[in-house]
Amino acid sequence: MHPVGFSAEPAPPKIGLSTSLPTQGIFRAAHPPPLAFSSDQIEQLHRRFKQLSGDQPTIRKENFNNVPDLELNPIRSKIVRAFFDNRNLRKGSSGLADEINFEDFLTIMSYFRPIDTTMDEEQVQLCRKEKLRFLFHMYDSDSDGRITLEEYRNVVEELLSGNPHIEKESARSIADGAMMEAASVCVGQMEPDQVYEGITFDDFLKIWQGIDIETKMHVRFLNMETIALCH
Amino acid sequence: MSGRGAPGCSRGLQLALLLVPLLVLGVLPRARAFEEQPGSAHGESQGFQVVTFKWHHVQEPYIIALWILVASLAKIGFHLSHKVTSVVPESALLIVLGLVLGGIVWAADHIASFTLTPTAFFFYLLPPIVLDAGYFMPNRLFFGNLGTILLYAVIGTVWNAATTGLSLYGVFCSGLMGDLNIGLLDFLLFGSLIAAVDPVAVLAVFEEVHVNEVLFIIVFGESLLNDAVTVVLYNVFESFVTLGGDKVTGVDCVKGIVSFFVVSLGGTLVGVIFAFLLSLVTRFTKHVRIIEPGFVFIISYLSYLTSEMLSLSAILAITFCGICCQKYVKANISEQSATTVRYTMKMLASGAETIIFMFLGISAVNPLIWKWNTAFVLLTLVFISVYRAIGVVLQTWVLNRYRMVQLEIIDQVVMSYGGLRGAVAFALVVLLDEKKVKERNLFVSTTIIVVFFTVIFQGLTIKPLVQWLKVKRSEHREPKLNEKLHGRAFDHILSAIEDISGQIGHNYLRDKWSNFDRKFLSKILMRKSAQKSRDRILNVFHELNLKDAISYVAEGERRGSLAFIRSPSTDNMVNVDFSTPRPSTVEASVSYLLRENVSAVCLDMQSLEQRRRSIRDTEDMVTHHTLQQYLYKPRQEYKHLYSRHELTPNEDEKQDKEIFHRTMRKRLESFKSAKLGIGQNKKAAKLYKRERAQKRIWNFQTQRRLPTTVPKRVGGSSSWQTSLKTPRRRTPLQGLTTPSSPRMRTWASSPGCHPGCPPGRQWCLPRGLVCRSPALRATSTAWRPSASAPSPWTPFCRPMAPRSSRTRPSLSPRTCDTGSDVPLTGRASPPAAEKPALPARSPRPRARSPAPPAAAPPPEAPPAEARPPRRPTARRGRGRGRSAAGGRARMRGRRRRAGCTAGARSSGPARAAALRC
Repeated sequence: MHPVGFSAEPAPPKIGLSTSLPTQGIFRAAHPPPLAFSSDQIEQLHRRFKQLSGDQPTIRKENFNNVPDLELNPIRSKIVRAFFDNRNLRKGSSGLADEINFEDFLTIMSYFRPIDTTMDEEQVQLCRKEKLRFLFHMYDSDSDGRITLEEYRNVVEELLSGNPHIEKESARSIADGAMMEAASVCVGQMEPDQVYEGITFDDFLKIWQGIDIETKMHVRFLNMETIALCH
Repeated sequence: MSGRGAPGCSRGLQLALLLVPLLVLGVLPRARAFEEQPGSAHGESQGFQVVTFKWHHVQEPYIIALWILVASLAKIGFHLSHKVTSVVPESALLIVLGLVLGGIVWAADHIASFTLTPTAFFFYLLPPIVLDAGYFMPNRLFFGNLGTILLYAVIGTVWNAATTGLSLYGVFCSGLMGDLNIGLLDFLLFGSLIAAVDPVAVLAVFEEVHVNEVLFIIVFGESLLNDAVTVVLYNVFESFVTLGGDKVTGVDCVKGIVSFFVVSLGGTLVGVIFAFLLSLVTRFTKHVRIIEPGFVFIISYLSYLTSEMLSLSAILAITFCGICCQKYVKANISEQSATTVRYTMKMLASGAETIIFMFLGISAVNPLIWKWNTAFVLLTLVFISVYRAIGVVLQTWVLNRYRMVQLEIIDQVVMSYGGLRGAVAFALVVLLDEKKVKERNLFVSTTIIVVFFTVIFQGLTIKPLVQWLKVKRSEHREPKLNEKLHGRAFDHILSAIEDISGQIGHNYLRDKWSNFDRKFLSKILMRKSAQKSRDRILNVFHELNLKDAISYVAEGERRGSLAFIRSPSTDNMVNVDFSTPRPSTVEASVSYLLRENVSAVCLDMQSLEQRRRSIRDTEDMVTHHTLQQYLYKPRQEYKHLYSRHELTPNEDEKQDKEIFHRTMRKRLESFKSAKLGIGQNKKAAKLYKRERAQKRIWNFQTQRRLPTTVPKRVGGSSSWQTSLKTPRRRTPLQGLTTPSSPRMRTWASSPGCHPGCPPGRQWCLPRGLVCRSPALRATSTAWRPSASAPSPWTPFCRPMAPRSSRTRPSLSPRTCDTGSDVPLTGRASPPAAEKPALPARSPRPRARSPAPPAAAPPPEAPPAEARPPRRPTARRGRGRGRSAAGGRARMRGRRRRAGCTAGARSSGPARAAALRC
């Protein structure tokens, strides 16, 4: 059995990112070594990376068009964009990268690592925060640190675009409703002259308070053959 | 003191209630004898008898009904004391009660007249419970943990059965149990029936414990799915016992294993087929709404019987029938039918459960079935507990290598401890044939002990255990829109990541399934209309809106005034496209528009007539009229129609719908104004603080989601209208930087405030939710409904400053001589505090944000000619300050214009369409 996820088995030689590849992304100070992928997983992902890039060292946006299953995903563009987002790649506070190499690819993938049971409370919190930040960046398309109503509507419209029966108007009103809900959660009693300009990341965390994301933002990186019925 | 007296009193009453049927039951044997006597003595001699006592005629159903009554009354009794039910699980109480009742019956009759028979249990009591479990199964959670559940259900049960049976046999061989006429196969048979965790017991206990949902679904799912294993093991060993141990061949064992797959998969398949059938049938029940709920029960029950007939796993069949049909059935049947199904199902399940536990107790009071063997009983208890724990730990160890959410030690403890046995085991053991299984009575009494031990002792202690171990509890939370949206986003992200990383995980599978479902299944199984409106997020949105509206209305009524549903601002509707996502409501709103139109004419006449009267009278008139018009028609009016097949006089619903729309719209408006509420100077803010305390609750509600639809299209006109029509009442805007665009200027120059407001106060509601994004700003212009549209908060706000113009006529009950039974208390001086404020901050130019959408103002609207030429009343009204009539008239003008553009004032849909573009 390969160690699954990021289980911290000390003994077996594990090619963590920290040792095998130059690290500059996610595994800097905030993220101590135990959060590395196992060697199997890295190999597996590398194979996939090659497949996607067509044996090139980097992936460009167009490469993602080759993934047939992605076609039906209503927020496809947003997700693909997230792979090139400098904020997610830890390369800057805004902007998009043209292409990403394997290391960047792993950085993105590592947002979806399951929370390890051996992690202490602080690390779990940190991990959680990272995951939410990824989502937040996806919403905040103009990188200004706020999800404005317009951005929110945009996302909701895309989210619901999978259902042809839902009109745009409905999507908008849902976004509006959600925005109001967010305002009430985040700010509570507002001063009369206060203006709610959008959801900041702190607000975002507040919205997520008490919601388990354990099952919501984890992918098990196993062998391709594995069908995960046990979840 | 008196507070204590009341429950005491009701308890006494309840006891008395309980005693009555009990007495009847106790008296029954005598009654039987009593009846026979006159029959034999005077039977032939009497001719026609006016009154006869025919107990035998009604005996069966009568006794059943009485027992049900007793059980139900007992349930009431338990819940009189919150203390008892919070500590002792209801199932345990019922068993104890059953023991007591059994004692009484025994004392009266000296035979155990009432027992839980396998037929009654399997045919009538079990199906509703399992159907309820399946129909309300949280599908996503269930299928997400399906692997885990299956492992526990299959391997775990086999493990339990084998180890328990073999260990008991081992101990038997050592001679500790004394002399018993029993063989290995008998032990295995006993092991197989005692191994299975019981769904009824698990549900009954775990529902009160509230462990987290993953833990719950694993234990509960296991108890449901292990039925196939139990059935197979039981049948196999029973036939082996019948054959005799020496004649069992290897072929039979292989057959047994094959039959496991046949039984489980076959049962599942039967369930799925019937679910498909059921979904398909409900698609076409549009015209027989009244029997719609019946299909759900009948077809599911048929699935149970069918698989029983084919000797497949009946529990699996009905479980999967419920699981698979729920989505489509819930979408297809009407709201009322859904409620009916929900309540009927819950009622049947809960009733069946009550009866099962009570009869478990009653059945135990029967000396004939008791055969005691201390070693056997105690060892059975020990073995089932120990092996369950070992099994759970072993399986979890394996599972945790694959599971993403690990099952921790604490979870394992609860899972082991939650392995309750129940009525299924009892019914199975009672089914045994004494001729084949010599020690049947020993098995029966041991099973009873095991069931009682697990249900009473473990059920009693599991709650403290869960608390002590600090098991993660499930928290009941309100559905949140954000949560749902983010959850949806996560789903898509995850499946995309799995696609990209080339894995076939279960996100991938789920994604594929939902695509398949949307493309094919839903098209076949769902009504067209249901397909359209069926989306979780929409549902949550709708529910939240509904809840808001209901609480809003309730609050209004609690405060004794209905003024908040007064008519004036309803005319405002032209501004707002409040079409909620559900098509049905959209239709409703169209009809509403039409009707509104009619009523507006009516109001118009009224106001013309009443022109010279005081404002106060006018207002009363309006209120009266509104009430009469649609809101509070006495309901009896609709009740004269009796039909067995229809419940159609749905006027009530229409009323509800109207109220809903109306309140939503108003709240929407008020919210919009709140959104605009900004730009106060500090002085004003201070002033306002005083008021805020009182409004807190309301503010909280305002903040919540409202269907702020379509500000763009419709709203544009509203803004120019406002600016056009109320130029004179321009309020000095303080702290407002002049907006750059003409559009903004128009907006800024429009009166921000209610005429009565002091110049410094442009806002009414304390909350400003204003987005700085230019785009939103642009749209928010549109959101300014009308300068003087009364907000729904009106009646609840306190007037800020004593301004005469703000005092508004009170509604006095005496003027409302309609059939309205709603108290209208006088309420003076609504707040000035309802005016939307003007944006104080100039739009911060931001390069990246999108340009203001096409939303931008429709400057094309030709104000002058569009306005209806004659509206003297209206203008005067407004001139006088804020008056309902004024507001209404202005709105009417607007509506008129809208009608004009539509071309056909009378044609509803066309007009509605015009309004919406």
